[in-house]
Amino acid sequence: MRAYILRRFLYMVVMLLMGSVVAFAVITLPPGDYLTSYIAQLKSSGQDVSKDQEMALRRQYGLDYPLYVQYFKWMGRLLRGDMGRSFLWSRPAKDVLFERLPATIMVSVLTLIITYAIAIPIGVYSAVRQYSIGDYVFTVLGFIGVSVPEFLLALILMVIAYRYFDVSIGGLFSHEYVDAPWSWDKVVDLLRHLPVPLAVISLSGTAWLIRVMRAMLLDELPKPYVHTARAKGLKESRLLIKYPIRVALNPIASTIAWALPSLFSGQTIVSIVLDLPTIGPVLFQSLMTEDMFLASSAIIISMVLTLFGTLISDILLAWLDPRIRLG
Amino acid sequence: MESVTKLPSVFKKTDKLPEEKIFSYSQWQLMWLKFRKHKLATVGGVFVVFLYVMVIFHGFLAPYDPVERSKMIHMKPQRIHFVFQGRLTWPFVYGVTSKADPETFTRTYVEDESVQYPINFFVRGHEYRLFGLIKSNLHLFGVPEGGVIFLLGTDELGRDMFSRIMYGSAISLSIGLVGVFLSFILGVILGGISGYYSGVVDTIIQRVIEFLLSMPTIPLWMALSVAVPTNWPPLKVYFAITVILSLRGWCGLARIVRGKLLETREEEFVMAAKLLGSSDMRIILRHMLPTFMSFLIVDMTLAIPSMILGETTLSFLGLGLRPPVVSWGVLLQKAINIRVVATYPWLMIPAIPVILTVLAFNFMGDGLRDAADPYK
Repeated sequence: MRAYILRRFLYMVVMLLMGSVVAFAVITLPPGDYLTSYIAQLKSSGQDVSKDQEMALRRQYGLDYPLYVQYFKWMGRLLRGDMGRSFLWSRPAKDVLFERLPATIMVSVLTLIITYAIAIPIGVYSAVRQYSIGDYVFTVLGFIGVSVPEFLLALILMVIAYRYFDVSIGGLFSHEYVDAPWSWDKVVDLLRHLPVPLAVISLSGTAWLIRVMRAMLLDELPKPYVHTARAKGLKESRLLIKYPIRVALNPIASTIAWALPSLFSGQTIVSIVLDLPTIGPVLFQSLMTEDMFLASSAIIISMVLTLFGTLISDILLAWLDPRIRLG
Repeated sequence: MESVTKLPSVFKKTDKLPEEKIFSYSQWQLMWLKFRKHKLATVGGVFVVFLYVMVIFHGFLAPYDPVERSKMIHMKPQRIHFVFQGRLTWPFVYGVTSKADPETFTRTYVEDESVQYPINFFVRGHEYRLFGLIKSNLHLFGVPEGGVIFLLGTDELGRDMFSRIMYGSAISLSIGLVGVFLSFILGVILGGISGYYSGVVDTIIQRVIEFLLSMPTIPLWMALSVAVPTNWPPLKVYFAITVILSLRGWCGLARIVRGKLLETREEEFVMAAKLLGSSDMRIILRHMLPTFMSFLIVDMTLAIPSMILGETTLSFLGLGLRPPVVSWGVLLQKAINIRVVATYPWLMIPAIPVILTVLAFNFMGDGLRDAADPYK
């Protein structure tokens, strides 16, 4: 088990290194280097930047070196925990992102829990009562769930709430609680804001997982061991829970690693539309304003979160199913 | 082919009964037969065909030029009337007069019931190019000079939403096809190399695929599309966005290609081709690829909707295609402002074709997947 965890961990480090190249590319790819836009920004805000200052800044960010040297310099700073400054927020990029980390993780984890809590029972029902009216209803609903893009659903819900109920459903807190210290009222306020974003983000994942769960269980149900159990006179509900569902759940558990990137991806766009205090809107803003240090840091953090989630789910899975850690 | 060869030889006799005809069907005929049985998939397939017919004739179907401005700003969808003075008549629309509110400066539009404009079919209008080549100015419908027909309302510059959705379909639906085509080429080549040669190349390609699949898609797309220079001409931006979208699309295909190649590499017919001196490329493309082509087609069908959604999402955020290019995502850009949509809800209408398209593709892909699986 320890060897397995170590192997997975090393694997994650390799993935992160590849990710850092992508994040670095994000800084360098846009036309013109980021310093030019920074200086332009300073000048437009009335600050005077002399040639000497410009040279000093160039040296500080290592812009005169070839790209690979710039990359290693950037990596070195990153490993020391320096993510650069956000020009937009005039604060270290790290601070901007880290204060949004708890909300990001909370929304992701809650979405994951909801997805599995809803999808597994429905999937089981659909498989056991295959071709019943309920199965058809869930199949059609599932297809619609997969097909409606999250941002459109978020938008439609917002418009309905705004137009017909005259409430704004954006954000995770009401205005008066955003900066307030934690209290009972704030928690209640949060609970009132959570359902809509969670429902929207979990929709497509749930729809997809229902299909998978149904297919897995349908593969198991006609197998001889189920007939044997039934022939022995085991009650149907007990039989289901005891044997086929357990077998069908194993591949489902392994889908967590696959579901995470798409969950995070969906969460990003829904957060932008609903203005949730997660990393998504920061990434969007920073990209739009070419605040490249913040953008690349946001990408790195998104990647770390997904890869770390994958690592945890891999370890959990290996603990559940010995075939994996030995295979 | 497989399903035919596996059958007992009795059924291959020429003196077969009509109902045994099925045993002499090719794999593709069997797939078609199974696909036809899947009701939802058939409906989806028909709808997809309908959509692409719409794409081909978008200029003919749209009554107006998508960039033609009118004085009717933010006009709500117009009603078509079939009944006049209690009697069924040729469909017509009333003339429209606008009134500006002197205090709020908002315009309201009222039907002027004194003038009627019949809806004529096959009328002459603005010029467009059919298939991008043939010049034409024939349109499916229109109203006589002086009247307007805005079936789905107008936007903030008084442009006809219906025409814009028609023209947008050309971009939105073609980006899925072009993107999947690019993914297909990348997937087959890289998956082919990975599966056929194995070794170090295989390991590298597999790690890259795993990496791309473990990345959250939308942040990656967003980051890459920022790199597209703002001064590029629309066509170049279109291809850049397509490349970005297919950057992840090829991974799934490459995996299937690799897996299937590993399976078939040991088969006798590959050995035979090798001994006959065929080149590697020929063996892969001519002998191995056709054995799992059906799986690839299914995967491609299911990849198209995600490409379409990708373009819509990026354009909606303002990171994808940009005006004056018209795509469904570009049209939805205005909807990012909640106040605007709440006042002019018809600006959300482009969401409907997006959802229907993706739904149709998913139904069709699901049916194809069932049909392509010989074990079902």
